[in-house]
Amino acid sequence: MCLPEPIALDGGAVLDTVEVAYTCYGQLNAARNNAILVCHALTGDHFMAETHPVTGKPGWWANIVGSGKPLNTDHYAIFCINVLGGCLGTLGPTSINPASGEIYGLDFPVITINDIVKVQHALMQYRGIPCWHAVVGGSMGAMQVLSWATHWPDKLRVAVPIAGAVRHSAQNIAFHEVGRQAIMADPDWCAGKYLSQNTKPKRGLAVARMAAHVTYLSEECLHEKFGRHLQDRDSLTYGFDADFRVESYLRHQGKSFVQRFDANSYLYLTRAMDYFDIEAEFGSLDTALRGRDVKYCVIAFTSDWLFPISESRVLVKALNRVGAEVSFSAIETNCGHDAFLLDLPPFADMLRGFIAGIAR
Amino acid sequence: MNDPVIRDDIQQCIDWVPRGARVLDVGCSDGELMALLRTHKQVRVQGIELDPDKVNACIGRGLAVIQGDANIDLLDYPDQAFDVVVLSQTLQAMLHPRETLRQLGRIAPRAIVSTPNFAYWRGVMQLLFAGRMPVTKHLPVTWYETANIHLCTITDFLELAALESFTICDGTCFDADVRARPWNITGLGARLLATQASFLLEKRLSPL
Repeated sequence: MCLPEPIALDGGAVLDTVEVAYTCYGQLNAARNNAILVCHALTGDHFMAETHPVTGKPGWWANIVGSGKPLNTDHYAIFCINVLGGCLGTLGPTSINPASGEIYGLDFPVITINDIVKVQHALMQYRGIPCWHAVVGGSMGAMQVLSWATHWPDKLRVAVPIAGAVRHSAQNIAFHEVGRQAIMADPDWCAGKYLSQNTKPKRGLAVARMAAHVTYLSEECLHEKFGRHLQDRDSLTYGFDADFRVESYLRHQGKSFVQRFDANSYLYLTRAMDYFDIEAEFGSLDTALRGRDVKYCVIAFTSDWLFPISESRVLVKALNRVGAEVSFSAIETNCGHDAFLLDLPPFADMLRGFIAGIAR
Repeated sequence: MNDPVIRDDIQQCIDWVPRGARVLDVGCSDGELMALLRTHKQVRVQGIELDPDKVNACIGRGLAVIQGDANIDLLDYPDQAFDVVVLSQTLQAMLHPRETLRQLGRIAPRAIVSTPNFAYWRGVMQLLFAGRMPVTKHLPVTWYETANIHLCTITDFLELAALESFTICDGTCFDADVRARPWNITGLGARLLATQASFLLEKRLSPL
Protein backbone atom coordinates (compact mmCIF):
# COMPACT_ATOMS: atom_id res chain seq x y z
CA MET A 1 0.00 0.00 0.00
CA CYS A 2 0.99 3.65 -0.34
CA LEU A 3 0.94 5.88 2.76
CA PRO A 4 -1.65 8.70 2.54
CA GLU A 5 0.69 11.28 4.13
CA PRO A 6 4.31 12.28 3.44
CA ILE A 7 6.98 11.22 5.95
CA ALA A 8 9.32 13.91 7.32
CA LEU A 9 12.70 12.36 8.04
CA ASP A 10 15.04 13.12 10.95
CA GLY A 11 17.66 14.27 8.46
CA GLY A 12 15.34 17.00 7.13
CA ALA A 13 14.20 15.43 3.84
CA VAL A 14 10.53 14.68 3.18
CA LEU A 15 9.35 11.54 1.40
CA ASP A 16 6.08 12.33 -0.37
CA THR A 17 5.17 8.93 -1.70
CA VAL A 18 5.98 6.04 0.60
CA GLU A 19 5.13 2.56 -0.58
CA VAL A 20 4.98 0.04 2.27
CA ALA A 21 5.05 -3.74 2.09
CA TYR A 22 3.89 -5.74 5.08
CA THR A 23 2.38 -9.00 6.18
CA CYS A 24 -0.24 -9.76 8.80
CA TYR A 25 -0.65 -13.22 10.31
CA GLY A 26 -3.84 -13.87 12.28
CA GLN A 27 -6.98 -11.73 12.52
CA LEU A 28 -7.55 -8.32 14.04
CA ASN A 29 -10.42 -8.52 16.54
CA ALA A 30 -13.35 -6.12 16.59
CA ALA A 31 -11.73 -3.89 19.23
CA ARG A 32 -8.49 -3.92 17.20
CA ASN A 33 -6.51 -4.39 20.41
CA ASN A 34 -4.84 -7.72 19.63
CA ALA A 35 -2.21 -6.47 17.19
CA ILE A 36 1.45 -7.30 17.72
CA LEU A 37 4.18 -5.65 15.68
CA VAL A 38 7.33 -7.63 14.94
CA CYS A 39 10.25 -5.46 13.81
CA HIS A 40 12.68 -7.30 11.58
CA ALA A 41 16.46 -7.14 11.73
CA LEU A 42 18.98 -5.58 9.30
CA THR A 43 18.77 -8.21 6.58
CA GLY A 44 15.37 -9.60 7.52
CA ASP A 45 12.08 -8.80 5.84
CA HIS A 46 8.33 -9.03 6.34
CA PHE A 47 8.12 -12.63 5.12
CA MET A 48 8.69 -13.83 8.66
CA ALA A 49 6.31 -16.78 8.82
CA GLU A 50 5.88 -17.89 5.23
CA THR A 51 8.01 -19.29 2.43
CA HIS A 52 10.34 -16.56 1.24
CA PRO A 53 9.46 -15.49 -2.32
CA VAL A 54 13.13 -15.12 -3.34
CA THR A 55 14.95 -17.87 -1.44
CA GLY A 56 12.10 -20.39 -1.14
CA LYS A 57 13.15 -20.98 2.46
CA PRO A 58 10.81 -20.87 5.49
CA GLY A 59 10.27 -17.43 7.08
CA TRP A 60 12.94 -16.27 9.52
CA TRP A 61 10.57 -16.52 12.50
CA ALA A 62 8.41 -19.42 11.31
CA ASN A 63 9.16 -21.24 14.58
CA ILE A 64 7.99 -18.25 16.68
CA VAL A 65 5.00 -16.88 14.75
CA GLY A 66 2.04 -19.11 13.94
CA SER A 67 -0.90 -21.08 15.27
CA GLY A 68 -0.02 -22.31 18.77
CA LYS A 69 3.47 -20.74 18.55
CA PRO A 70 4.91 -18.27 21.11
CA LEU A 71 3.44 -15.40 19.07
CA ASN A 72 0.14 -17.15 18.57
CA THR A 73 -1.82 -16.24 15.45
CA ASP A 74 -4.93 -17.87 16.97
CA HIS A 75 -5.13 -14.93 19.38
CA TYR A 76 -3.14 -12.12 17.83
CA ALA A 77 -2.87 -10.30 14.53
CA ILE A 78 0.88 -10.23 14.04
CA PHE A 79 2.24 -7.59 11.71
CA CYS A 80 5.66 -7.37 10.14
CA ILE A 81 6.57 -4.39 7.98
CA ASN A 82 9.44 -4.27 5.53
CA VAL A 83 11.61 -1.41 6.81
CA LEU A 84 11.97 1.93 5.10
CA GLY A 85 15.21 1.76 3.12
CA GLY A 86 14.76 -1.97 2.58
CA CYS A 87 14.61 -3.74 -0.76
CA LEU A 88 11.60 -6.04 -0.63
CA GLY A 89 8.65 -3.76 -1.28
CA THR A 90 8.91 -0.76 1.03
CA LEU A 91 10.38 2.48 -0.32
CA GLY A 92 14.16 2.33 -0.47
CA PRO A 93 17.19 3.11 -2.64
CA THR A 94 16.06 0.59 -5.29
CA SER A 95 12.73 2.45 -5.73
CA ILE A 96 12.05 5.05 -8.42
CA ASN A 97 12.70 8.62 -7.32
CA PRO A 98 9.53 10.53 -8.38
CA ALA A 99 11.57 13.73 -8.75
CA SER A 100 13.86 12.31 -11.43
CA GLY A 101 11.99 9.27 -12.67
CA GLU A 102 15.15 7.24 -12.07
CA ILE A 103 16.19 4.72 -9.42
CA TYR A 104 17.06 6.56 -6.20
CA GLY A 105 20.46 4.96 -5.55
CA LEU A 106 22.46 7.36 -3.40
CA ASP A 107 19.88 10.11 -3.96
CA PHE A 108 17.79 8.32 -1.37
CA PRO A 109 18.00 10.35 1.85
CA VAL A 110 19.87 8.93 4.83
CA ILE A 111 17.33 7.52 7.28
CA THR A 112 17.27 6.72 10.98
CA ILE A 113 15.66 4.00 13.07
CA ASN A 114 13.03 6.59 14.08
CA ASP A 115 12.23 7.20 10.42
CA ILE A 116 11.63 3.47 10.00
CA VAL A 117 9.28 3.61 12.99
CA LYS A 118 7.47 6.68 11.63
CA VAL A 119 6.51 4.63 8.58
CA GLN A 120 5.33 1.79 10.82
CA HIS A 121 3.27 4.31 12.81
CA ALA A 122 1.67 5.67 9.65
CA LEU A 123 0.71 2.14 8.63
CA MET A 124 -0.69 1.52 12.11
CA GLN A 125 -2.95 4.56 11.72
CA TYR A 126 -3.95 3.47 8.23
CA ARG A 127 -4.99 0.07 9.60
CA GLY A 128 -6.91 1.73 12.45
CA ILE A 129 -4.90 0.11 15.24
CA PRO A 130 -5.05 2.35 18.32
CA CYS A 131 -2.33 0.59 20.32
CA TRP A 132 -0.01 -2.38 19.75
CA HIS A 133 -0.47 -5.11 22.29
CA ALA A 134 3.28 -5.65 21.99
CA VAL A 135 6.18 -4.53 19.84
CA VAL A 136 8.83 -7.23 19.51
CA GLY A 137 12.15 -7.32 17.70
CA GLY A 138 15.72 -8.59 17.73
CA SER A 139 18.93 -6.71 16.91
CA MET A 140 17.98 -3.80 14.60
CA GLY A 141 14.42 -4.86 15.45
CA ALA A 142 15.21 -4.19 19.12
CA MET A 143 16.28 -0.66 18.19
CA GLN A 144 12.89 -0.12 16.54
CA VAL A 145 11.18 -1.48 19.67
CA LEU A 146 13.05 1.06 21.81
CA SER A 147 12.25 3.84 19.36
CA TRP A 148 8.56 2.94 19.68
CA ALA A 149 8.72 2.81 23.47
CA THR A 150 10.45 6.18 23.80
CA HIS A 151 8.79 8.18 20.98
CA TRP A 152 5.31 6.65 20.94
CA PRO A 153 4.92 5.24 24.48
CA ASP A 154 1.13 5.47 24.43
CA LYS A 155 0.98 3.37 21.26
CA LEU A 156 2.19 0.12 22.79
CA ARG A 157 1.54 -1.80 25.99
CA VAL A 158 4.68 -3.89 26.13
CA ALA A 159 8.10 -3.70 24.54
CA VAL A 160 10.25 -6.76 23.90
CA PRO A 161 13.75 -5.74 22.78
CA ILE A 162 15.80 -8.86 22.05
CA ALA A 163 19.61 -8.89 21.69
CA GLY A 164 19.62 -5.11 21.43
CA ALA A 165 21.21 -1.99 22.88
CA VAL A 166 20.30 1.60 23.69
CA ARG A 167 22.94 2.76 21.23
CA HIS A 168 25.12 1.27 18.55
CA SER A 169 28.59 0.67 20.00
CA ALA A 170 31.85 1.92 18.48
CA GLN A 171 32.81 -1.68 17.71
CA ASN A 172 29.55 -2.26 15.86
CA ILE A 173 29.90 0.96 13.87
CA ALA A 174 33.40 -0.24 13.00
CA PHE A 175 32.11 -3.57 11.67
CA HIS A 176 29.45 -1.79 9.64
CA GLU A 177 32.07 0.51 8.16
CA VAL A 178 34.09 -2.52 7.05
CA GLY A 179 30.99 -3.81 5.25
CA ARG A 180 30.21 -0.50 3.60
CA GLN A 181 33.79 -0.03 2.43
CA ALA A 182 33.77 -3.54 0.96
CA ILE A 183 30.68 -2.61 -1.08
CA MET A 184 32.01 0.76 -2.19
CA ALA A 185 35.40 -0.75 -3.12
CA ASP A 186 33.69 -3.06 -5.63
CA PRO A 187 34.03 -1.43 -9.10
CA ASP A 188 30.56 -2.77 -9.91
CA TRP A 189 29.11 -0.50 -7.24
CA CYS A 190 29.46 2.35 -9.80
CA ALA A 191 29.15 5.08 -7.13
CA GLY A 192 25.75 3.66 -6.21
CA LYS A 193 24.32 3.71 -9.76
CA TYR A 194 24.84 0.01 -10.49
CA LEU A 195 21.17 -0.78 -11.20
CA SER A 196 20.94 1.72 -14.03
CA GLN A 197 24.14 0.16 -15.43
CA ASN A 198 22.68 -3.32 -15.24
CA THR A 199 25.17 -4.66 -12.75
CA LYS A 200 25.48 -5.31 -8.99
CA PRO A 201 28.42 -5.07 -6.58
CA LYS A 202 28.06 -8.75 -5.76
CA ARG A 203 31.61 -9.30 -4.56
CA GLY A 204 31.59 -6.28 -2.26
CA LEU A 205 28.20 -7.11 -0.76
CA ALA A 206 29.23 -10.75 -0.31
CA VAL A 207 32.38 -9.71 1.59
CA ALA A 208 30.29 -7.35 3.74
CA ARG A 209 27.94 -10.23 4.53
CA MET A 210 30.79 -12.62 5.30
CA ALA A 211 32.40 -10.22 7.78
CA ALA A 212 29.06 -9.43 9.39
CA HIS A 213 28.04 -13.07 9.54
CA VAL A 214 31.06 -13.87 11.73
CA THR A 215 29.87 -11.25 14.21
CA TYR A 216 26.45 -12.92 14.39
CA LEU A 217 27.98 -16.21 15.60
CA SER A 218 30.46 -17.03 18.35
CA GLU A 219 33.92 -18.54 18.52
CA GLU A 220 32.53 -21.59 20.30
CA CYS A 221 29.76 -22.14 17.78
CA LEU A 222 32.12 -21.73 14.80
CA HIS A 223 34.48 -24.24 16.40
CA GLU A 224 31.67 -26.69 17.07
CA LYS A 225 30.19 -26.35 13.61
CA PHE A 226 33.37 -26.33 11.54
CA GLY A 227 36.47 -26.82 13.68
CA ARG A 228 39.44 -26.97 11.31
CA HIS A 229 37.68 -29.46 9.04
CA LEU A 230 38.62 -29.37 5.37
CA GLN A 231 36.04 -28.88 2.64
CA ASP A 232 35.70 -31.76 0.11
CA ARG A 233 39.40 -32.57 0.29
CA ASP A 234 41.78 -34.70 2.31
CA SER A 235 44.70 -32.34 2.62
CA LEU A 236 45.67 -28.68 2.36
CA THR A 237 46.04 -27.45 -1.22
CA TYR A 238 48.68 -24.81 -0.50
CA GLY A 239 46.54 -22.27 -2.34
CA PHE A 240 43.78 -19.77 -1.62
CA ASP A 241 40.87 -21.96 -2.48
CA ALA A 242 38.35 -22.61 0.31
CA ASP A 243 40.37 -25.37 1.99
CA PHE A 244 38.46 -25.07 5.24
CA ARG A 245 34.82 -25.84 5.72
CA VAL A 246 34.31 -22.52 7.52
CA GLU A 247 35.61 -20.64 4.45
CA SER A 248 33.30 -22.53 2.16
CA TYR A 249 30.38 -21.84 4.51
CA LEU A 250 31.08 -18.11 4.59
CA ARG A 251 31.46 -17.93 0.82
CA HIS A 252 28.10 -19.63 0.49
CA GLN A 253 26.57 -17.14 2.96
CA GLY A 254 27.94 -14.25 0.93
CA LYS A 255 26.77 -15.66 -2.40
CA SER A 256 23.24 -16.45 -1.30
CA PHE A 257 22.88 -13.08 0.42
CA VAL A 258 23.50 -11.09 -2.76
CA GLN A 259 20.62 -12.95 -4.42
CA ARG A 260 18.12 -11.43 -2.03
CA PHE A 261 19.57 -8.15 -0.79
CA ASP A 262 20.48 -4.83 -2.31
CA ALA A 263 23.90 -3.27 -1.67
CA ASN A 264 22.64 0.30 -1.29
CA SER A 265 19.91 -0.86 1.10
CA TYR A 266 22.72 -2.42 3.12
CA LEU A 267 24.53 0.94 3.23
CA TYR A 268 21.42 2.85 4.31
CA LEU A 269 20.25 0.41 6.95
CA THR A 270 23.68 -0.07 8.56
CA ARG A 271 23.89 3.75 8.68
CA ALA A 272 20.51 3.97 10.38
CA MET A 273 21.74 1.53 13.03
CA ASP A 274 24.98 3.48 13.52
CA TYR A 275 23.02 6.65 14.21
CA PHE A 276 20.89 4.97 16.87
CA ASP A 277 21.59 6.43 20.32
CA ILE A 278 18.65 7.03 22.66
CA GLU A 279 20.82 8.74 25.24
CA ALA A 280 22.05 11.35 22.75
CA GLU A 281 18.53 11.83 21.43
CA PHE A 282 16.85 12.50 24.77
CA GLY A 283 19.75 13.95 26.76
CA SER A 284 19.74 10.97 29.10
CA LEU A 285 18.48 7.43 29.16
CA ASP A 286 16.36 8.18 32.22
CA THR A 287 14.64 11.07 30.44
CA ALA A 288 13.91 8.81 27.48
CA LEU A 289 12.36 6.11 29.67
CA ARG A 290 10.81 7.96 32.62
CA GLY A 291 7.06 8.32 33.03
CA ARG A 292 6.20 5.99 30.18
CA ASP A 293 3.60 3.37 30.94
CA VAL A 294 5.28 0.60 28.96
CA LYS A 295 6.10 -2.86 30.34
CA TYR A 296 9.38 -4.32 29.20
CA CYS A 297 10.70 -7.81 28.61
CA VAL A 298 14.38 -7.54 27.78
CA ILE A 299 16.09 -10.66 26.42
CA ALA A 300 19.80 -11.17 25.74
CA PHE A 301 22.01 -14.16 24.89
CA THR A 302 25.09 -15.17 26.86
CA SER A 303 27.40 -15.70 23.86
CA ASP A 304 26.28 -12.60 21.94
CA TRP A 305 29.37 -10.41 21.56
CA LEU A 306 27.83 -8.03 19.00
CA PHE A 307 25.06 -6.89 21.36
CA PRO A 308 26.43 -8.32 24.59
CA ILE A 309 24.38 -8.83 27.76
CA SER A 310 26.08 -5.79 29.28
CA GLU A 311 24.30 -3.61 26.68
CA SER A 312 20.91 -5.00 27.66
CA ARG A 313 21.80 -4.50 31.32
CA VAL A 314 22.38 -0.79 30.68
CA LEU A 315 18.75 -0.62 29.55
CA VAL A 316 17.48 -2.75 32.44
CA LYS A 317 19.34 -0.65 35.02
CA ALA A 318 17.92 2.56 33.58
CA LEU A 319 14.41 1.03 33.62
CA ASN A 320 14.96 0.13 37.27
CA ARG A 321 16.04 3.67 38.03
CA VAL A 322 12.87 5.15 36.54
CA GLY A 323 10.65 2.56 38.22
CA ALA A 324 9.45 0.87 35.03
CA GLU A 325 8.03 -2.64 35.12
CA VAL A 326 10.75 -4.76 33.57
CA SER A 327 11.63 -8.41 33.13
CA PHE A 328 15.06 -9.44 31.98
CA SER A 329 16.66 -12.74 31.19
CA ALA A 330 19.99 -13.74 29.71
CA ILE A 331 19.40 -16.94 27.75
CA GLU A 332 22.26 -19.44 28.02
CA THR A 333 23.45 -20.40 24.53
CA ASN A 334 26.66 -20.63 22.49
CA CYS A 335 24.91 -19.52 19.28
CA GLY A 336 25.88 -15.86 19.54
CA HIS A 337 23.82 -12.89 18.35
CA ASP A 338 21.80 -14.90 15.83
CA ALA A 339 20.36 -17.03 18.64
CA PHE A 340 17.04 -15.18 18.35
CA LEU A 341 16.62 -16.58 14.83
CA LEU A 342 17.20 -20.18 15.90
CA ASP A 343 14.88 -22.77 17.34
CA LEU A 344 15.99 -22.29 20.95
CA PRO A 345 13.47 -23.70 23.45
CA PRO A 346 14.42 -21.51 26.46
CA PHE A 347 14.02 -18.40 24.31
CA ALA A 348 10.75 -19.54 22.75
CA ASP A 349 9.44 -20.50 26.19
CA MET A 350 10.30 -17.14 27.64
CA LEU A 351 8.64 -15.26 24.80
CA ARG A 352 5.58 -17.51 25.02
CA GLY A 353 5.40 -17.08 28.79
CA PHE A 354 5.74 -13.33 28.65
CA ILE A 355 3.15 -12.79 25.94
CA ALA A 356 0.73 -15.16 27.69
CA GLY A 357 1.57 -13.65 31.08
CA ILE A 358 0.77 -10.05 30.15
CA ALA A 359 -2.64 -11.12 28.90
CA ARG A 360 -3.38 -12.40 32.41
CA MET B 1 -7.97 -14.78 57.47
CA ASN B 2 -5.63 -17.57 56.43
CA ASP B 3 -5.96 -19.29 53.10
CA PRO B 4 -5.50 -23.00 53.94
CA VAL B 5 -3.09 -23.66 51.05
CA ILE B 6 -0.72 -20.82 51.94
CA ARG B 7 2.20 -21.70 54.23
CA ASP B 8 2.30 -19.69 57.46
CA ASP B 9 5.57 -17.88 56.70
CA ILE B 10 4.26 -16.78 53.32
CA GLN B 11 0.94 -15.74 54.86
CA GLN B 12 2.82 -13.69 57.43
CA CYS B 13 4.66 -11.88 54.68
CA ILE B 14 1.41 -11.17 52.83
CA ASP B 15 -0.14 -9.83 56.03
CA TRP B 16 2.71 -7.38 56.52
CA VAL B 17 2.52 -5.89 53.02
CA PRO B 18 0.11 -2.95 52.73
CA ARG B 19 -2.49 -3.07 49.97
CA GLY B 20 -1.37 -1.47 46.71
CA ALA B 21 2.27 -1.14 47.81
CA ARG B 22 5.24 -1.15 45.46
CA VAL B 23 7.17 -4.30 46.39
CA LEU B 24 10.58 -5.69 45.45
CA ASP B 25 11.06 -9.42 46.09
CA VAL B 26 14.78 -10.20 46.25
CA GLY B 27 15.46 -13.85 45.43
CA CYS B 28 11.88 -14.32 44.29
CA SER B 29 12.32 -17.96 43.13
CA ASP B 30 9.42 -19.10 40.91
CA GLY B 31 7.26 -16.13 41.90
CA GLU B 32 4.88 -17.88 44.31
CA LEU B 33 4.94 -15.03 46.84
CA MET B 34 4.79 -12.34 44.15
CA ALA B 35 1.73 -13.94 42.57
CA LEU B 36 0.00 -14.16 45.96
CA LEU B 37 0.84 -10.55 46.78
CA ARG B 38 -0.57 -9.48 43.46
CA THR B 39 -3.81 -11.39 44.06
CA HIS B 40 -4.31 -10.62 47.75
CA LYS B 41 -2.82 -7.13 48.06
CA GLN B 42 -2.99 -5.72 44.50
CA VAL B 43 0.65 -4.72 44.78
CA ARG B 44 2.95 -3.60 42.00
CA VAL B 45 5.66 -6.19 42.43
CA GLN B 46 9.08 -6.69 40.86
CA GLY B 47 11.44 -9.62 41.48
CA ILE B 48 15.14 -10.45 41.23
CA GLU B 49 16.19 -14.07 40.68
CA LEU B 50 19.48 -15.69 39.70
CA ASP B 51 18.21 -19.01 38.30
CA PRO B 52 17.06 -18.59 34.64
CA ASP B 53 14.50 -21.40 34.89
CA LYS B 54 12.86 -19.73 37.86
CA VAL B 55 12.96 -16.40 36.03
CA ASN B 56 11.07 -18.04 33.18
CA ALA B 57 8.53 -19.47 35.61
CA CYS B 58 7.88 -15.96 36.94
CA ILE B 59 7.60 -14.45 33.48
CA GLY B 60 5.14 -17.18 32.49
CA ARG B 61 2.98 -16.04 35.41
CA GLY B 62 3.00 -12.52 34.04
CA LEU B 63 5.31 -11.29 36.79
CA ALA B 64 8.07 -8.74 36.27
CA VAL B 65 11.40 -10.31 37.19
CA ILE B 66 15.00 -9.50 36.47
CA GLN B 67 17.52 -12.26 36.10
CA GLY B 68 20.47 -11.09 38.11
CA ASP B 69 22.65 -11.38 41.17
CA ALA B 70 21.20 -9.62 44.19
CA ASN B 71 24.75 -9.26 45.55
CA ILE B 72 25.38 -6.72 42.78
CA ASP B 73 22.07 -5.64 41.30
CA LEU B 74 20.50 -4.11 44.41
CA LEU B 75 22.87 -1.19 43.85
CA ASP B 76 21.00 -0.33 40.65
CA TYR B 77 17.78 0.61 42.41
CA PRO B 78 17.30 4.23 43.40
CA ASP B 79 16.73 5.31 47.01
CA GLN B 80 13.21 4.58 48.28
CA ALA B 81 12.14 3.11 44.93
CA PHE B 82 9.72 0.72 46.66
CA ASP B 83 7.43 0.74 49.69
CA VAL B 84 8.47 -2.71 50.87
CA VAL B 85 11.39 -4.94 49.98
CA VAL B 86 11.18 -8.67 50.74
CA LEU B 87 14.18 -10.91 51.34
CA SER B 88 12.80 -14.36 52.00
CA GLN B 89 15.25 -17.08 53.14
CA THR B 90 18.01 -15.42 51.14
CA LEU B 91 20.08 -13.27 53.54
CA GLN B 92 22.14 -16.29 54.64
CA ALA B 93 23.19 -16.89 51.02
CA MET B 94 24.37 -13.34 50.39
CA LEU B 95 28.08 -12.53 50.10
CA HIS B 96 27.83 -9.55 52.43
CA PRO B 97 24.66 -9.78 54.54
CA ARG B 98 25.32 -6.51 56.33
CA GLU B 99 25.71 -4.63 53.06
CA THR B 100 22.58 -6.33 51.72
CA LEU B 101 20.61 -5.20 54.74
CA ARG B 102 21.95 -1.68 54.26
CA GLN B 103 20.77 -1.76 50.63
CA LEU B 104 17.30 -2.95 51.67
CA GLY B 105 17.07 0.02 54.01
CA ARG B 106 18.08 2.35 51.22
CA ILE B 107 15.65 0.97 48.61
CA ALA B 108 12.52 0.95 50.77
CA PRO B 109 11.38 2.29 54.15
CA ARG B 110 10.25 -1.18 55.17
CA ALA B 111 11.86 -4.58 54.76
CA ILE B 112 10.53 -8.06 55.39
CA VAL B 113 13.38 -10.47 56.07
CA SER B 114 13.10 -14.14 56.91
CA THR B 115 16.00 -16.34 57.86
CA PRO B 116 16.63 -19.87 59.15
CA ASN B 117 17.50 -20.06 62.84
CA PHE B 118 20.83 -21.80 63.27
CA ALA B 119 20.24 -22.27 67.01
CA TYR B 120 17.32 -24.67 66.36
CA TRP B 121 17.79 -27.45 68.88
CA ARG B 122 18.22 -30.38 66.46
CA GLY B 123 21.10 -28.61 64.79
CA VAL B 124 22.63 -27.69 68.14
CA MET B 125 22.42 -31.35 69.18
CA GLN B 126 24.26 -32.46 66.06
CA LEU B 127 26.96 -29.91 66.73
CA LEU B 128 27.20 -30.85 70.38
CA PHE B 129 27.02 -34.63 70.24
CA ALA B 130 28.12 -35.59 66.72
CA GLY B 131 30.58 -32.73 66.34
CA ARG B 132 29.28 -32.03 62.85
CA MET B 133 27.73 -29.12 61.03
CA PRO B 134 23.99 -29.76 61.22
CA VAL B 135 22.11 -31.39 58.34
CA THR B 136 18.40 -31.14 59.13
CA LYS B 137 15.09 -31.09 57.31
CA HIS B 138 15.35 -27.31 57.23
CA LEU B 139 19.03 -27.03 56.35
CA PRO B 140 19.35 -30.22 54.30
CA VAL B 141 22.61 -29.56 52.47
CA THR B 142 26.10 -30.45 53.72
CA TRP B 143 28.42 -27.63 54.75
CA TYR B 144 30.57 -28.04 51.63
CA GLU B 145 27.68 -27.82 49.18
CA THR B 146 25.29 -25.43 50.82
CA ALA B 147 24.52 -22.01 49.33
CA ASN B 148 23.97 -20.81 52.91
CA ILE B 149 27.34 -19.23 53.57
CA HIS B 150 26.27 -16.83 56.32
CA LEU B 151 23.98 -18.70 58.67
CA CYS B 152 22.86 -16.92 61.80
CA THR B 153 20.57 -17.29 64.78
CA ILE B 154 17.55 -15.14 65.64
CA THR B 155 19.67 -13.32 68.22
CA ASP B 156 22.44 -12.71 65.68
CA PHE B 157 19.99 -11.27 63.21
CA LEU B 158 18.39 -8.95 65.74
CA GLU B 159 21.86 -7.63 66.62
CA LEU B 160 22.75 -6.95 63.00
CA ALA B 161 19.41 -5.23 62.37
CA ALA B 162 20.07 -2.97 65.38
CA LEU B 163 23.60 -2.23 64.11
CA GLU B 164 22.06 -1.03 60.85
CA SER B 165 19.54 1.17 62.70
CA PHE B 166 16.49 -0.93 61.90
CA THR B 167 13.52 -1.02 64.24
CA ILE B 168 11.90 -4.45 64.57
CA CYS B 169 8.21 -3.60 64.10
CA ASP B 170 7.12 -7.21 64.28
CA GLY B 171 8.59 -10.69 64.31
CA THR B 172 7.17 -14.19 63.99
CA CYS B 173 8.75 -17.56 64.74
CA PHE B 174 7.93 -20.77 62.93
CA ASP B 175 8.20 -24.33 64.22
CA ALA B 176 9.52 -27.45 62.49
CA ASP B 177 6.32 -27.68 60.40
CA VAL B 178 6.59 -23.97 59.44
CA ARG B 179 3.60 -23.15 61.60
CA ALA B 180 3.58 -19.69 63.13
CA ARG B 181 4.07 -19.85 66.92
CA PRO B 182 3.30 -17.13 69.43
CA TRP B 183 6.80 -17.30 70.95
CA ASN B 184 8.52 -14.10 71.99
CA ILE B 185 11.26 -13.66 69.40
CA THR B 186 13.86 -12.79 72.05
CA GLY B 187 12.89 -15.65 74.38
CA LEU B 188 14.53 -19.02 74.96
CA GLY B 189 11.63 -20.94 73.35
CA ALA B 190 12.04 -19.12 70.06
CA ARG B 191 15.81 -19.42 70.21
CA LEU B 192 15.75 -23.22 70.45
CA LEU B 193 12.43 -24.30 68.90
CA ALA B 194 12.09 -21.99 65.91
CA THR B 195 13.43 -23.33 62.61
CA GLN B 196 12.99 -19.93 61.01
CA ALA B 197 11.78 -16.45 61.78
CA SER B 198 10.37 -13.50 59.84
CA PHE B 199 10.86 -9.87 60.72
CA LEU B 200 9.21 -6.66 59.68
CA LEU B 201 11.89 -3.99 59.81
CA GLU B 202 11.63 -0.27 59.54
CA LYS B 203 14.58 1.99 58.92
CA ARG B 204 15.10 4.53 61.71
CA LEU B 205 15.73 7.85 60.08
CA SER B 206 19.08 9.21 61.11
CA PRO B 207 18.82 12.66 62.75
CA LEU B 208 19.65 15.47 60.34
